[in-house]
Amino acid sequence: MALNVQRLGALIRKETIQLLRDRRYVGLTLTLSFIQLILYASAATQTVYHLPMVVLDQSRDARSRALVQALFNSQYFDVALEVQSPAEVQQAIEQGRAKMGLEIPPRFATQLDQHTAEVLVLLDGSDSAAVRSGYSAVGLVLQNFSAQLVAKTLQRSSVKPGALPITASAQVLYNPDLIDVWFIVPGIIGMILQTLTIEQAAISMVREREQGTLEQVLATPVRQIELTLAKLTPLMLLSLVVFWIAVGVGVFWFGVPFRGSLLLYLGLSVVYVVGCLGLGLFIATRATTQLEAQSLSLVFLLFGMLLSGFFYPRDSMPLIPQLIGDLVPLTYFVRISRSVFLKGVGLQFFWTDALTLVIYTVVVILVASKRFKMRLD
Amino acid sequence: MTEPVIVAREMVKHFKAGRGTVRAVDGLSLEVGRGEMYGLIGPDGAGKSTTTRVILGLLTRTGGESSVLGFDSMRDMYAIRERAGYIAQQFSLPPTLTVMENMQFFAGVHGVSAAQQRQRIPELLAFAGLADFTRRPAGRLSGGMKKKLALACSLIHEPPVVMLDEPTLGVDPVSRREFWSLLGDLQTEKGLTILVCTPYMDEAERCTKIGLIYGGRLIAEGTPAAIKALVPGRVLEVTPADSLAARRILGGLAGVREVQTYGDKLHVVVADVEAGKRQMMEALKAARLAHDDIREIEVRMEEAFISLVRRQAAEAREGRAA
Repeated sequence: MALNVQRLGALIRKETIQLLRDRRYVGLTLTLSFIQLILYASAATQTVYHLPMVVLDQSRDARSRALVQALFNSQYFDVALEVQSPAEVQQAIEQGRAKMGLEIPPRFATQLDQHTAEVLVLLDGSDSAAVRSGYSAVGLVLQNFSAQLVAKTLQRSSVKPGALPITASAQVLYNPDLIDVWFIVPGIIGMILQTLTIEQAAISMVREREQGTLEQVLATPVRQIELTLAKLTPLMLLSLVVFWIAVGVGVFWFGVPFRGSLLLYLGLSVVYVVGCLGLGLFIATRATTQLEAQSLSLVFLLFGMLLSGFFYPRDSMPLIPQLIGDLVPLTYFVRISRSVFLKGVGLQFFWTDALTLVIYTVVVILVASKRFKMRLD
Repeated sequence: MTEPVIVAREMVKHFKAGRGTVRAVDGLSLEVGRGEMYGLIGPDGAGKSTTTRVILGLLTRTGGESSVLGFDSMRDMYAIRERAGYIAQQFSLPPTLTVMENMQFFAGVHGVSAAQQRQRIPELLAFAGLADFTRRPAGRLSGGMKKKLALACSLIHEPPVVMLDEPTLGVDPVSRREFWSLLGDLQTEKGLTILVCTPYMDEAERCTKIGLIYGGRLIAEGTPAAIKALVPGRVLEVTPADSLAARRILGGLAGVREVQTYGDKLHVVVADVEAGKRQMMEALKAARLAHDDIREIEVRMEEAFISLVRRQAAEAREGRAA
């Protein structure tokens, strides 16, 4: 295979000039990538605090007040309003004035002493974030409340409070304060890189075909590998620049710790970016118009966003979405990214993901090259 | 003839379309000798572009043979691309690159050394009248200038052969003339071998040899004079008041071989000029159609072309009816 450096150089120069002068791409996509980074990281917390709560306290004694106070103190709930009947509770949630309803039965204090107290908690199921947060938060608060009550009772009976059969203390490794941003930023870097590369690689190839510039270039002695490399190189370099900026913003602005090897991360990111570019080139061999290329790229980008484990956990997905997620390079990069940022471990701990990424990249580039003919038909 | 540079023998190209095949090129043979300018003339869809692309190796040849400078179009694709210049029909040079960057790009991909570039690029740009526009993005050139830039880019590596697919399409007449005079100069000065597809009949006149292509086949080939001689008779021109009516009447006359319409004029092909004139005048007077002087005109490529295409179409119909 004859690869001529002068030809390659001329091609790369042309591609770079075209990329830099494509204002739409440079301005819009880059800006969008960073808006994505900042918005997602700042705004996308998966825990909801200060859920508005509607309270129906049919007991109105010290202990029921204490319960409501405990819920408020947890920061998860705010007392939005107090009502006098169960129907009003339903109404409040229906009208959206509250996301959670608490119904405390009459004679709450007495029931507590008899260990038969039951409270009813209603959650607004149409808001999944509210439900997820509220559900676990309520459980937590009530459990704590019960435990405290038991401890007090035991104290009064002069039994040491430590007589509870099991005490569990949970310790979250790597992200002990459960800071959402730490969880999201490593994944976002992968998302930005894929947004930057897949669509642009696909479109630039198809645009040449549509505009007719491809035919003129094909009539020169350029070889397939030179064309492919030339398409990839400027995007690759641009991605590297964005990579550094994204990591910088993540570490210095959002305060995400970087505990692993920077060199290793850089290397794997390069593999990942080449994989995304290859995917874009592959899409270009299947698309006949720029619009098609855009749509196909979008499909992969969406799969990446939803099925890669970046936003939603993969473990709870049924088989088919999981398999589809396996086809997207972002899936592997998210795991690698989080391992490097938060766990700070070396290659030996995520080598399966790294290897898969390398194989994926090689395969996708080979397939794209095979399908790309040096003729018009 | 001089040593053949471009050769096609019984060349065939089929396209798959829907459920059938389109026979774009159906057994075409031609030869272009060194230093010749060969014009491939034909109506839209006749197969001119396809022929050029197959010879260059840009499309996969379905059957037959084709070669440039002895290199086969399919096997030695890259060898041809190194030695030929090409301007595509829907050609487009990268629009965001400037004139100079375009020249440098094509020079680079053709392996022209930096020293050679420094010498040739200014020459070519001056030759093409683009010396003052080196920093203008190619997309912002006028139609005529774009074509001239394409020509310059296709010649940067000093190829011995150039193939042009409708290079002056959509260009104003002045620019067209300039373009062709450039081409002519190159042919004489550098002994360039040129294959050009054009729908413009007047451009066909400038070629050394012409091939009329219709339905994927050559229906006539020869020098411009030889082709014009294929018109069955002499041509008389008349401008009647009502060309539609006149056409009907004249078409029915015994001595009239053929009538062609050109705007408001009619070109009538007759065997004998004097007899024909008389017949026509009588017929038009009888029908009370006013007209100006009937006079003989020189046979042009237009007449030859339309006459030949009509004959070809008629033969095809007869063939199907038989």
